[in-house]
Order: sequence, then C-alpha cells, then structure tokens
Amino acid sequence: MAVKISMKVNGKPVSAEVEARTLLVTFIREHLRLTGTHVGCDTAQCGACTVHMNGKAVKSCSMLAMQAEGADILTIEGVAKADGALHPMQAAFKEHHGLQCGFCTPGMVMNAIDFAAKHPGASEQEVRESLEGNLCRCTGYHNIVKAIMAGSKAMAAAK
Amino acid sequence: MATSLIGARVARKEDYRFLTGAGQYTDDVALPGQTYAVFVRSPHAHAKIKSIKKDKALAARGVLAVYTGDDLAAAKVGGLPCGWLITGTDGQPMKEPPHPPLAQGKVRYVGDHVAVVIAESQSAARDAAELVQVDYEALPAVVNASKATQKGAPALHDIAPDNKCYTWALGDKAAVDAAFAKAAHVTKLDFVNNRLIPNAIEPRAANATYSRAEDSYTLYVASQNPHVERLLMTAFVLGLPEHKVRVVAPDVGGGFGSKIYLYAEDVVVTWASRQLGRPVKWTAERSESFVSDAHGRDHHTVAEMAMDKDGKFLAMRVRTTANLGAYLSTFASCIPTILYATLLAGQYTTPVIYCEVTAVFTNTAPVDAYRGAGRPEATYVVERLVETAARDMKLDPAEIRRRNFIKTFPYQTPVALMYDTGNYDATLDAVMKMADVTGFARRKEEAAKRGKLRGLGYCCYIEACGIAPSNIAGALGARAGLFEAGEIRVHPTGSVTVFTGSHAHGQGHETTFAQVVADKLGLPIESVDVVHGDTSKILFGMGTYGSRSIAVGGTAIVKALDKIIAKGKKIAAHLMEAAETDIEYDKGVFKVAGTDKQKMFGEIAFAAYVPHNYPLDKLEPGLNENAFYDPTNFTFPAGSYVCEVEIDRDTGVTKVVNFSAVDDFGKIINPMIVEGQVHGGLTQGIGQALTENCRYDPESGQLLTGSFTDYCVPRADDVPSYRLDTRETPCTHNPLGVKGCGEAGAIGAPAAVMNAITDALGIRDLPMPATAETVWKAIQANKKAA
Amino acid sequence: MHAFNYHRPSSVADASKQAGAGADVRLLAGGQSLVQAMKLRLSAPSDLVDLNAIAELRGIKSDGKTVTVGAMTRHAEVAGSADVKKAIPALAALAGMIGDRQVRNQGTIGGSLANNDPAADYPAAVLGLGATIVTNKRKIDADKFFKGMFETALERGEIITQVSFPVPKRAAYVKFKNPASRFAIVGVFAADTGNGVRVAVTGAGPSVFRQTDMEKALSSKFDPASVANVRQKADGLNSDLHASAEYRAHLVTVMTKRAVEAAMK
Repeated sequence: MAVKISMKVNGKPVSAEVEARTLLVTFIREHLRLTGTHVGCDTAQCGACTVHMNGKAVKSCSMLAMQAEGADILTIEGVAKADGALHPMQAAFKEHHGLQCGFCTPGMVMNAIDFAAKHPGASEQEVRESLEGNLCRCTGYHNIVKAIMAGSKAMAAAK
Repeated sequence: MATSLIGARVARKEDYRFLTGAGQYTDDVALPGQTYAVFVRSPHAHAKIKSIKKDKALAARGVLAVYTGDDLAAAKVGGLPCGWLITGTDGQPMKEPPHPPLAQGKVRYVGDHVAVVIAESQSAARDAAELVQVDYEALPAVVNASKATQKGAPALHDIAPDNKCYTWALGDKAAVDAAFAKAAHVTKLDFVNNRLIPNAIEPRAANATYSRAEDSYTLYVASQNPHVERLLMTAFVLGLPEHKVRVVAPDVGGGFGSKIYLYAEDVVVTWASRQLGRPVKWTAERSESFVSDAHGRDHHTVAEMAMDKDGKFLAMRVRTTANLGAYLSTFASCIPTILYATLLAGQYTTPVIYCEVTAVFTNTAPVDAYRGAGRPEATYVVERLVETAARDMKLDPAEIRRRNFIKTFPYQTPVALMYDTGNYDATLDAVMKMADVTGFARRKEEAAKRGKLRGLGYCCYIEACGIAPSNIAGALGARAGLFEAGEIRVHPTGSVTVFTGSHAHGQGHETTFAQVVADKLGLPIESVDVVHGDTSKILFGMGTYGSRSIAVGGTAIVKALDKIIAKGKKIAAHLMEAAETDIEYDKGVFKVAGTDKQKMFGEIAFAAYVPHNYPLDKLEPGLNENAFYDPTNFTFPAGSYVCEVEIDRDTGVTKVVNFSAVDDFGKIINPMIVEGQVHGGLTQGIGQALTENCRYDPESGQLLTGSFTDYCVPRADDVPSYRLDTRETPCTHNPLGVKGCGEAGAIGAPAAVMNAITDALGIRDLPMPATAETVWKAIQANKKAA
Repeated sequence: MHAFNYHRPSSVADASKQAGAGADVRLLAGGQSLVQAMKLRLSAPSDLVDLNAIAELRGIKSDGKTVTVGAMTRHAEVAGSADVKKAIPALAALAGMIGDRQVRNQGTIGGSLANNDPAADYPAAVLGLGATIVTNKRKIDADKFFKGMFETALERGEIITQVSFPVPKRAAYVKFKNPASRFAIVGVFAADTGNGVRVAVTGAGPSVFRQTDMEKALSSKFDPASVANVRQKADGLNSDLHASAEYRAHLVTVMTKRAVEAAMK
C-alpha cells in the first residue's frame, strides 16, 4: 500500500509517496539520499540511526516514516551551521577524538545534542547512562564521554 | 617549521566528514540502475539440500534473478580460498575442504549461503527470498570442537572424516617433558577462551557493477584490504584478469578483523553484476552479521607451567583445541598456530615451551582473526597461568613476573620469535604506581564495609605486530606477501598526496600518515592528503590487520619519502649550483652546507614540474616516488595492565572500578589516536571477560546469541574511564621506531580482568565471560565450601 | 517487513472500528516493540491502525489522589513530568528506566501494556500500584489485566485510552537489567499503598506477578529485613541465556529488599 507523506527535514519541507512499510530511516537514506544517518542493527540497540523528531532524539530505524508525518526532523546533515562551521557538540567530538570509524558517530552526536540540551551539567556517570541506546565498537566510549561533557559545556556557554 | 608534527596530538583530518554525515560507506553508494541482493540462508546447522525450487520467487514482483550453487558451479565459479597452508605434525598438509560461495548439496552452519535473490528493491528481494523453496534433510550437528573429534560425531566434510583440519605443534616436546619431570611445582589450568562475534557497527556490504564498455568490474566493499580481496577473487574464484577488477573499500565502519576476508557475498554480487548487466548491492542486516561474519577465539586449552622452588619458570606445556567453524575462512588456519603458539613465551625467559594445536571443523560460522587474533588467546594462557602460579607459590604476582622477565635484548624465544627490544620492568613499575597497588589493601577493606568484594589483577602482555618477513612467512605456509606499498605524489604547487596500501577504518591513517609526511617535508598538515582503499589509485596493498599499518605501511611511506628527498637534493644542487653531497636537508629546507643558500621544498617541487632550469640531461622531471617495504622482523609492543574490580555479593555483578594501562609502542606519532586505540581495545577485552559470549545450541546448532539483545557488546556504562600511560623503547628495525598499538588492549585486558575477579573471589578459575550469574554461582559455591 | 494496509484515524471511535475489522489488525502506538517485530518478520499484520494522530490519548493529569496517564503518552513525558515526580516518584523513575533515551522519547504506556512483554517495566508499576486500565469499552483492574506472556484482557477492537494510578504512601522500583537488551531480568515494584502492601515482579516469570509472601511479610513491617529471608520459588520462572530460574528467584528477594529500602528513603 502506498501512502502520501510530508514532513520537514533539516528545515526543508519534503513530501513523497512511499510504501506504507517504509521505515523513517529508509525514507531519509533512500528517498532523500541523506546517508549520514546509519543503520547498524535491526533490534534498536545501536542507535546509529538516531535523528531528532520535534527536538527529541528517536531511533529512525524503529518507526515507520508515517509516524513522522507532519513532524520536524533533524538529521546529522542539518546540525552544522550553513557556512559549514561545526555545532559545539560536533566540535567537541573532534577536539576529544570521540570518533574513530565514524559509523556510530552521527547517532552519538544526535543523541548527545538532545541530552546536553536537557541535562546541562550532567555528571560523567549520567553521560555514560545517557548512551544506553548507542553502541560504539571503536572508542571504548572514553573519549565520547569526554566529548559530550565538553560539548555540553560549550552548548551551555553558547546559549 | 619549528615544532615537530611527530608526537603531536593533531586533531583528525577525517573527522569533519564523519561528523557532518558526509562519510561514504559502502551502503551509501547508489549506482544508476541499482539492484538489490538478499541471500537465502540455511536455517539448519547441518543438512543435505535435496532440492531448491526458484519458480515462485522468480515470478514475484520486481525479481530479476535467483541463483543457487548449481548456477555458480555451471559458470565455473570457484570456491573461497584459504591464505595460509599449515602442515601438520604428521607432515601432511591441512585438510582444505571445498568452500563454495553458494552451498552445493549440503549446508554446514546456520546462515550458510543457499541462494541469492536479486530484485529491483531491497524489500522485493526480501519478500521473494521467502518464496525460494528449499527441501532440506536435516543431519545431526556438532558445535563444540572437542566433541567434534570424538568417535561417532557427525562429519562435516568428506575429506576430514574425523573433522580435524590439522594437528600442529611447536617446540621441543622432549625437553619440555624432561623439565616438567624435575620441577618443584607445576601449575595447571584448563579453560575455554570464549567465542566472540566481532560486530563492527557498520554491517558488511558489497555493491558490484560491470561495464560492458570496458569489460571491467568495480566492487565497492566494506573491506580492510581491497587489493587482497581483488587478488583472491580474481585469481582463485572468478578467474578474471586482475586488471579488469577495481575494488574500492570506501569509508569502512570498523573491522576488527572481520572485514579482512573474502566473503561469499562479495563474490556473488560481483559475478551477478555481469549476468544482469546491472549493479548489485547487498548490505547485511545485523542478524546476518551475527550468523555470517567470521567469529573469533573459541579455544579449549590445557596449560601447565613448571617451576623451580623459587618460582622460576622452567617449562610450559600447552594443548589447545581450536574451533575453525564449518569452513576455512581466509586466514583461519594461521590464527591458532603461527599467531598463537609463537607468543607463548610472553615477557618471560621460560627456556622451553611446547604447544600442540588441533584445529577442528564444526557446524558453526567460520572462525578467523578478531582483534588480536591468536595473541589474546596466548596472552590469556600465559597470564592466567602466571598469576595462578604466583598464588600457588605464595609469591606476589608482580614479583613472580619480575623474577622471570626477559631483561636482555635481542632475545630469542623457544617459540621462534626474536624480540628486538623491550623494557618490561619499566611498564610494570609505572602501572603499579599508576594503579596505586600499595593502597589496594586499604581499598579492599573499605569495599568490604560496603558489602563488596574487591580484587586486583595484572597482565603483562607481549604482542607481535607486522607479521613478516615475507620469505619466512612463506616458508611457514603463507600464500601471500606481507609487505606494504606507499607512494608520495608531490604536486607542482608543493602539496602532496600520499597513497597507501594500509586501509583505514577508524585508525586515523589519514592523519597519522599525513603527520609523518608533513613533518618530513616541512609542510602544514593541510597540504598533505592520504588516499587509501581503491585498487585503481593505490599501487598495491596488503591491507590493515595485526597492528601493522604504521610499522609496515608507515615505513613504506618513509622509504618513498627518502626517495623524494634524494631526488629533491639533486634538483636543489642544480638550482643552487652546488655539489649534491653538499646539500643538507631538514624539514622542507634544502641547504648548501656551510652557506646561507637554501631552497624550500615548494621551490624544488615547482622546478620538478616546470623544468626550465633543471638538469634534464641527468634527471627526469616530476616528483613522484613509490616504495615497497618488507620488514625484517615483527615488532614487539608490550605492556603492563592492572585491573581492579568490585563485586556485589548479593547479585554477582562485577564492576571494573579502575583500569590502568602502561604500554610500550615504541615511538608514537599521534598520542591522541594511540590512546583511542587502547581505549577501544581495552573495552573489547573487558567485553570478552565480562559480557560477550557467542553461544550455539549444542543439539540444534542454532545461534542463541544472534542479536544485540542477546550478545552483549559493552555499553558506555559497562566500562570505566581508563588511566593510560606509555613507556618507549623504539623498535630497532624500522626508521620510525614504531611498533603498533591497535590490538594491545584486547590482548591484555581479559587476563587482567579475570585475574582481578579470581582474586576478589579467592578462587582458582572462572570461565569467561564472568557474567553476574557466573560470579554469583561461584560465590554460592564458596559459601558451601566454607 | 511485510506489506500491510495503513490507517491513521483521528478518533478513538474510528480507531476501534478499524481495529475490530479483522483478526490480523494491529494497533500502532510508539512502535518500539511492534515495528521491531515486523522488521524481523516475526509479526506480519494485515493492517496497522496508527494511533499517533489521536490527540485525546495523550497527556498526564494528577489530582493528589490519582495520576492519570493517557495511553499515547511517551515514557520520557512520564519520567519528566513534575506532577508524576511529585505524586508518585517511583512511577517517574520507572518510566526513566525503560529502554534507552531514544526509546523513551517514542514508546508509550499504552503500547507497553497492550504488548505485555514479560520483561517490560510498566506492568510492574501498574500491578504494583493496583492501577486501573481504562479502555474505550470499560475499566480493567490491574489484577485482571495481565493474562500471561504477551497476553492481556484486551479484546479485539478494544483500545487503552488511559491508565489511572492511585497515589501510594511510598513506593519504589528496582530493576536488574539484562546487560544486553536492558529489559528487566528481574524488576520489582514495591508499594506501601496505605491500603496494604503490593509487590509486583516483572522479568522473572512469563508475565508480571504479585509476590504475595513478600507482601504478607511487608504488611507486618515495611522494612527490608522483613523480606530478607522470604524466598521466591524458582519453579515456573523464566530461564534463559542470561539468567537461570534459580538465579532469578534469588534476585526477586534481593531486588525486593532494595525496592523497600529505596521506598523508605
């Protein structure tokens, strides 16, 4: 069954006719060709597919595109400034070597931005717990945690 | 430039694209006319295929083709080769059963490839895959290696009726037996090194296209070594001319060994792209990764250490049964032999060692190299044995190590390796200080008041990186060379592109290698780009595995740099009207000795490409050099780790509260990147010790841990913040003095954790992973015994 | 994922009509379990009725005696609600322990209860507090709602609209997580309701259940020591890769002790 769908992605309105079974992540990657959002598992554990829906981090592999009907979606491609300058959280990941192969990174950054916005000044333990829905196999999390703490500070300072 | 880029914490050049979603991984590549492949996989661990009916699938919407093993056989597509020939103790070559990319007549593990469906969309291919009707006759299965060699066990392959691939040995058995006979004490352990599933977060993927215009193929594939992939695929499987196949490994989302190999899927999509005249893409779903990526470890070992009355090691005897899975994966045979038994000396002077390995086929996914590959298994044997020996002998575990450390170098071990350099006391001293070992008793007492059991464990590991040289490896059975290639292309305006055969999939070569080149040429790092992963751009490459990139690939680049500088001196001599022997070079500046005359690197580059004032009669224009480097020896990183755990008595939950690691990687180019490698390795090692365990049902052979909901990859709150430091004894046989750092953490961590847990519980041994229930049961058993 | 027909009603009445139309029709709430199961082709409904456009199903109300949560309220909304934190902090804390951050931003209480996963968290709060499940047809007592593994008292076409939680004197939820999935291996919700003690256990058995021996022991004295020696029988408990029945039984006692301790803080 085909359905009509429309939403805003990275500030731009998009609409399309898709199969009802299309996942949000498939819509983003295959239809919009925004391939920065990744798929690392099929059981909603890895979080590589994390995007923001109406300002909240969600796993785009665990919802139908239709569940985002009318929503405002932000993907990793929409995070940096228009001139290419990195968001403070992206910059912190670079500064603290919070990424290696880069595959989990978009999901990590999207979750971290949402978390930092809601929990400024979180402790290291709280940051670690906030990553319950994101798997990384390269970094051992050490530098991701450092990056999120620094990025969180930078975000608060930029407010 | 005043400051050296070597040793500097340079932020990574590759980060911007990854942080902004601009990375290009294999599944991100979409080609015009793209089609999608889905594999039909065996639901049985062992079965005969009686028939396969394709018609319903072929009739389904959007389906373009369905191929089976018969189709590949008819097209004369060969089997997947094994890259290392092991010769057994009986003098016979190992058993190499056929490994067809799509099963022929029989399936041998759950996930084995039975057919491929290719369709206009991924969902159409997936729908149609359910319509392929396969009639199986289930056969009894065996998943445990020790059981597979027992009489009456089901045989997987006709050529190995006892399921043994080989029995192989290293060392002087008679001398070892004699040393055991006169030992004052023998410490013995019998344990399993648990089977692991690598789980790089990017699932494997391949996308192949065929050009009729050029009669050539391009394969995009998530691979750690595209040239080896091409060589094996063209020469052994598809019989294609090597120059007609381009293999591109674009951004690759982690490998840890699992993306070294030539897999069935890569071969099938490449072959099918020509049959259909359209690009064919396959991307693994995670459930497929679990059943079909090569797994790691899975040893059962009985190990003994003979000592004199002072705890001096006299001899070591090790018997290992290694599970190879259902087929020989690309490098499977050398992991539990060449990369395992040779490491059993560890950091110690044990004069004689004997190791015997039986490698066995079972109805499980193929097993191959996973981060460390043989060396974590060897380190676990040595370091669990040494710690237990210390406890048996009532010696301090640091003291027994010091009594047996190798102190003079070079050192020839009894298991074939020649260590060039090291300083084991230095790393042990440093880690003991860092971990505040002297304060441990106080912390243990304090923890007890909170109802927690606290334990401390050591691990002093050795690693052999950059497996080499090629001729010796060849004599030991390697079917490929073990060199690396590099090229420096200087552009007329003085910027530089470096081409390396060392693929990067997280290791940061684009930065580290650029640091080396920019430093030597006196260029800003922005002027140096590193290219890897494309057989059409790179001379050749053996790829990335075994922590070899900086030691082997980095050295190839340095050799090419030397040629650039040598040619630059000739050009500089001409430009400054001086003798070539009078030209001195340092970081981008060519000087005439004893004068203030100098030329910058950029001026030399320009002269080479605009050769108006140039010795054209003696020298070719241009500035572009390449080099191949075949090392004379392995490098030997080593280090000392201390792990401290706290165990909750009520639940058995173990928490790693402190982990201190002091490594000796020789010279370090980028400490930030090196630390990141250690963090990741430690976490995988802690994962092996505490959470990760691949389990198959012993009767049905079904994979029980087939998703992240059952196979526990560590999360951020499962591991501590690490304390790291380094000590430096430069490698003596490569120009950078580097050793490699990628696997160390995964090699050293498991023994450190298990030594800490057994210390906390006051028990001799515990199987990995030490899950909460395993630990709780040990606590209950302790209570009963008390 | 198999193909299906998609419906997006804007009222409960329409949703009920569509949901009652066939045996293989499923309601879609947050989708955090259902979409997963469909992706893995473990579930293949003919029709999906998406409840996301029904505004009346969302929201939290609190009057001091009762906290009422709309069925489509996300876990994160419950976890972050000042009203819930004030009236039943244990409920907010429990909602904050479900899955992970991303799952909590999307998953709903109604979806969780209708699914009744044996290792889900919400059933422990609903049973532990003696909540009432309100549907478009009737009100169902917690004690009569959970029927077994993935089974509830809900009938075809019946839609949970809200859940009413009576405010207890004190309560707490303690969860022993499956390290891989982060679902409960054992989760215990202990409540001193003011009208008796309730102890609800999730994860340990085929469905959430009340631990009546512990309730009795705690009724005489609401103190961790009261349950320290009360044993849960292993018979009938779940046994899997992650925990044997015997270990789960042991954890029921430990987690109950800890829940009572936390409730007293």
